[in-house]
Amino acid sequence: MSEEQHATLVAEQFDDQVQQYQAASLGMWVFLTTEVLFFGGLFASYTIYRYLHYPGFEIGSHHLEVLWGATNTAVLICSSLTMALAVRAAQLGKIKDLIGFLVVTLIFGLIFLFIKFAMEWRHEYLEGLAPGVNFTYAGPHAHQVEMFMIFYFVLTGLHALHMIVGCGIMTTLIILALRGAFSKGHYNAVEIAGLYWHFVDIVWIFLFPLLYLIGGRY
Amino acid sequence: MSELVSHVERKKVYVLVWVVLLCFTALTTGVAYIDLGAFNTVVALAIAVCKASIVVLFFMHLRHSEKLIRLVVGVAVFWLCILIVISLSDFATRFRISRPSWPQSQPVTVHHLDMSPGTTTAE
Amino acid sequence: MGTVTTTTLQQPQAEEYRVHYLNAKYGIKSWLLTTDHKRIAWLYLVSTTFFFVIGGVAAAMMRLNLVSPQGAIVQPETYNKLFTIHGTIMIFFFLAPAVPTVLGNFLIPMMIGARDVAFPRLNLLSWYIFITAGMIFIYSVIAGGVDTGWTFYTPLSTSYVNTHVISAAMAVFISGFSSILTGLNFVVTIHKMRAPGLTWFRLPLFIWSMYAASLIFILAMPVIAITMVLVMLERLFHVGIFDPALGGDPILFQHLFWFFGHPEVYILVLPAMGVISELIAAFSRRRVFGYGFVGFSSFAIAVLSFLVWGHHMFVSGQSVYAGIFFSAMSMAVAIPSAVKVFNWTATLYKGSVSYEAPMLYALGFIGLFTIGGLTGVFLASLGLDVFLHDTYFVIAHFHFIMVGGAVMGYMGGLHYWWPKMTGKLYPDYWARLAACIIFIGFVLTFGPQFILGFEGLPRRYAMYPPNFQFLNIMSSAGASILAVGYIMPLFYLVWSLKYGPEAGPNPWGAKGLEWETASPPPVHNFDKTPVVTEEAYAYGAHPAPVTTAAS
Repeated sequence: MSEEQHATLVAEQFDDQVQQYQAASLGMWVFLTTEVLFFGGLFASYTIYRYLHYPGFEIGSHHLEVLWGATNTAVLICSSLTMALAVRAAQLGKIKDLIGFLVVTLIFGLIFLFIKFAMEWRHEYLEGLAPGVNFTYAGPHAHQVEMFMIFYFVLTGLHALHMIVGCGIMTTLIILALRGAFSKGHYNAVEIAGLYWHFVDIVWIFLFPLLYLIGGRY
Repeated sequence: MSELVSHVERKKVYVLVWVVLLCFTALTTGVAYIDLGAFNTVVALAIAVCKASIVVLFFMHLRHSEKLIRLVVGVAVFWLCILIVISLSDFATRFRISRPSWPQSQPVTVHHLDMSPGTTTAE
Repeated sequence: MGTVTTTTLQQPQAEEYRVHYLNAKYGIKSWLLTTDHKRIAWLYLVSTTFFFVIGGVAAAMMRLNLVSPQGAIVQPETYNKLFTIHGTIMIFFFLAPAVPTVLGNFLIPMMIGARDVAFPRLNLLSWYIFITAGMIFIYSVIAGGVDTGWTFYTPLSTSYVNTHVISAAMAVFISGFSSILTGLNFVVTIHKMRAPGLTWFRLPLFIWSMYAASLIFILAMPVIAITMVLVMLERLFHVGIFDPALGGDPILFQHLFWFFGHPEVYILVLPAMGVISELIAAFSRRRVFGYGFVGFSSFAIAVLSFLVWGHHMFVSGQSVYAGIFFSAMSMAVAIPSAVKVFNWTATLYKGSVSYEAPMLYALGFIGLFTIGGLTGVFLASLGLDVFLHDTYFVIAHFHFIMVGGAVMGYMGGLHYWWPKMTGKLYPDYWARLAACIIFIGFVLTFGPQFILGFEGLPRRYAMYPPNFQFLNIMSSAGASILAVGYIMPLFYLVWSLKYGPEAGPNPWGAKGLEWETASPPPVHNFDKTPVVTEEAYAYGAHPAPVTTAAS
């Protein structure tokens, strides 16, 4: 690698590419730590209210469609696989493979969002299960069910927001890759975007049992 | 520049991890239809923790990361536990003062400790 | 500290033109689009000073109002808005950013021998986020104000008040992200950007405490952000999350708030403690006694600060068992805090102590922080807190920490590194006078409030029974002295920018990488990457002669 190339690939505050790579990676992990605590505030509230208002939470959970939840889990797991393969392609400098895997990941992300909004949220809204907007449920434990639905919408909404941001990042990466921004040994952006994408997947891995599987379905 | 390329995992490993994750998803959904009592929640969460660990270790390369990154992950999990466990332990050991008067609701079953004489009204 | 030899008596070379970070580029764009950590520090210095003035004016109006038992100048509703403005601005827009973003931004890369922070553009983004948040809060003040107190307690904030809670909560939410990004930047910088040879145990203690504070930024700020989201949702959609009338639990809000809120207090004081370690070492010409203990006590404080939040909720209906735990943990925080105080005083022992302005602030810090800390132990006791909760005793206690601790540390640090930041010396006489005035004004303002609180005067009231008037007037009089003390540096520091004598690279004869480069530093801080071969504060057996070029 020539001196000029080196100069363009390493920002001026860093000594070399290794330092730059480690800093970017550590920065992303630290950011994900803040995300854990960001969702953590919601998870803590959810846990406490589930403990206090269990009957309503169980009823509310049973109003959700397990099949869609499971499907979406599978969709995200597939997207995580393609994301991991995209990072691998970047590591090996296979730019065409990288673009292909990024596109597939983006499509999986969009499928997830479509199911979330068009299939699930719309359905719950029409059923009168949307607190503050359209809540008409009047069965047993109505207030507790409302509480559950609040957390359902806030948790899945925040997660969906992260998915939307993730899809934006994927689009950016695809454009950058098409412009030839990545090469072997220079793929920090792909790697840390991958970390973010997998993290969002992990959040959903927890949301699925916590929201859809309360108290079992037998 | 070889040191710049973090550990490259074999494709096979990723596919295997993917299959395991899908099986776990099927398993956790299936178990929900079997009556295990309180263990339904335990099993569901245990499976979720396994899935999350697999994603972190393989897809996010924690297996091959430097120690510092592992420390960061440990800190995140530990602080999440502080937040949830300590605030929940208050609610679990408290005489509840703010029980809302929800007409349709059954009284909430909370194993509270009667520590204060008489009832206290909401703030 | 490094291989570069330090000359204590540097001849000022005023005539020779030298390119440094201040004159490398000119124009408003070169400041607003800069990614230089030193210039970003200046952006923060100007903006936090602006917020400090607003928060200070609100405080002055409150003190003025409390001169009379009936309330001298404002209606009770306005008074509620004043203390909300004062609290929110001072906590989120002055104290939390002050030391980390001004001194931290300027010094962290210089102290570790780096050219810049790890993510310079992110650093600038933090400032823009901070300014956006500040402007949104100022909007909510102009639009009619908020009267919930800086704590936004539910259900008052979500269901009862008719003021601009949503925009204020939005401002707090956004400012949280600024702090998170700053903390992230510092953690990565300290881990990955240290100069060759600069091991953890050779780092200045300021870096240790900034690292601990960054840790708190990263772990506590997200929780307040999400809590503010829930407050906004409850207020917007009228859904029951915290309001008991809607089925929520207001104490859950308090848990989430104080999970952030108490560590936040340590964000304010930890960086100031780091400053004090530097000052004490520099002005007693000794290595800080028990370096390792002082360093690790910062981490102990950071960790313990997350286990004590319930001591704000002893009378809220929180479980008594949780109360016992939080009480014990709160007392435990006193241990690492005391470790610091004892080690600082031990450093003074047999040191060759000199009393320049920064040192006066440092000594003031030690005295006031000790009082603030010890009264904190009173409040950590379950039984005594029931009596003192929400009285002026609490006000006095946390102002001793926040003003007597954090602001004194900030002022001391600003005076200490001002010659480095500007290349100019300020008149030491005026600076010492201001330090004394601030100390006297401070004690006179908040000392009487301990007594007021002990006699039972509750906080946050615009009026009070006439028998409390004497002490209230004393406190208000003290506040006016304090105001004079704070206004003075504005004048002589700005004066020094134009008329101050050249400082030279190391006017204090201090140790540390930042003193080995020119003042003001070159754009990339060091002409060549320093290599560190010594531990921090290697002042040696024979103290160097103290040189104050101002005299």
